[in-house]
Amino acid sequence: MDSRKIRRSLHRMVTEIIERNRDLNSLVIVGIRTRGIYLGKRVSKMIKEMENINIPVGVLDITLYRDDFSELEAQHIVQKTEIGFSLEDKEILLVDDVLFTGRTIRAAMDSLFDLGRPKSIQLFVLIDRGHRELPVRADYVGKFLPTSKREIVQVHLKEIDETDEVLITEPVEST
Amino acid sequence: MLFDHKHLLGIESLSKDDIWTILDTAESFIEISTREVKKVPTLRGKTIFNLFFEPSTRTRSSFELAAKRLSADIINFNKQFSSVIKGETLKDTVLNLEAMQSDAIIIRHSCPGVPKYISTFCSSRVINAGDGAHEHPTQALLDAFTIRQQKNKLEDLKILIVGDILHSRVARSNIFLLKKLGAEVVCVGPPALLPEEFKHLGIAYDYSLDRAIPGADVIMMLRIQAERQQKNLFPSLREYRNIYSLTQKRFRRAKRNAIIMHPGPINRGVEISADLADSTKSVILRQVENGVAVRMAVLYLLLGGKERENTD
Repeated sequence: MDSRKIRRSLHRMVTEIIERNRDLNSLVIVGIRTRGIYLGKRVSKMIKEMENINIPVGVLDITLYRDDFSELEAQHIVQKTEIGFSLEDKEILLVDDVLFTGRTIRAAMDSLFDLGRPKSIQLFVLIDRGHRELPVRADYVGKFLPTSKREIVQVHLKEIDETDEVLITEPVEST
Repeated sequence: MLFDHKHLLGIESLSKDDIWTILDTAESFIEISTREVKKVPTLRGKTIFNLFFEPSTRTRSSFELAAKRLSADIINFNKQFSSVIKGETLKDTVLNLEAMQSDAIIIRHSCPGVPKYISTFCSSRVINAGDGAHEHPTQALLDAFTIRQQKNKLEDLKILIVGDILHSRVARSNIFLLKKLGAEVVCVGPPALLPEEFKHLGIAYDYSLDRAIPGADVIMMLRIQAERQQKNLFPSLREYRNIYSLTQKRFRRAKRNAIIMHPGPINRGVEISADLADSTKSVILRQVENGVAVRMAVLYLLLGGKERENTD
């Protein structure tokens, strides 16, 4: 997926968001670290351009809510959760780059419920690569990407990776 | 950015990177204590013992809160109500707690080296919460965190540590830490309370607070430790107060935006005047607040992640 295709997908998804949420004023965006933040900011900007409404964007770090915590080789670096607005009764658009097992989303939802009681949560992902292990589905999907479990899907965004692209790679065999 | 230690026994054995890792991690934990639900599930199912052989309000409750905000189970152990009174040895006490599947033991003891001793036979993580006049690592970490929060840096700051340096584990840990991070440290106090042992670290000494105070960015006041004061190391409390007490008049000669710190408990009117302790220049309560986040970071870094072997 190159930058043109990413832009088109985002555009279509944002149109869907506007269609489905009649009251955009109660919508807030929460991006999951790291790339979900940048996608969330782009979505907010596009809604501003189309509807002239400011949608606030918060940042969620799910490290402390991971269920694979005790299996990790070493500590994961915890970073800040920065949500500068109340989630009470809000319609949350939860944004991430890739939807895979669904465990990240489970952790994100647990975390959000500790921060307040939202009215609803909608899930926005750029790539759905399948292989779900939990009953999670996305409301807005940029592209379904059938992959094998061992492949690695990398989303690059120009905010931090210089270019917009989605790559599928084989893991490097360690000998 | 990896913290590769099994225990936290003191600042002396930590590297500069280790210290930054703890401070940066603590930065992320500050926000949790401001939430309505002040809790994350990270250390669910971990068992921690708070083993305090000396009195403490701040440190003990701070560790307890830190553990609880990470969802660990923490048990407070009180010397007076324990079998230590019935003659149980320290080693037996610890082995018994270990038999109950403890994951970490936080210990305060009047004997220097006790945490290290315990770590030699104990499979739990050991955290030093103050051992005699040796070290009090989490206090130094929260002090550094508070200074960085107020000044945005630690390098090249002139930091005064005033009072009973000899008996102070807080001072020792702070001296190790502040030197590692590049601050300029001046120890101020009566000659008999200023140990020579830090000279090789490049610490300056001064017997006069009036002489040392100009240009200071941070003034860290210490309590006169009456419980460790068997001999008379200075003539009288009144004289001590005259020379070393931080008063408005003295404080005005420090840098304009200087801050006042104190590890607590404070003795109002002895080492610090009451109005200064309550003034906006004092970050004493901020230190307490930050203590919880710093201790959460320490617990997280030691107990989070997989069992690591052959470290520390």
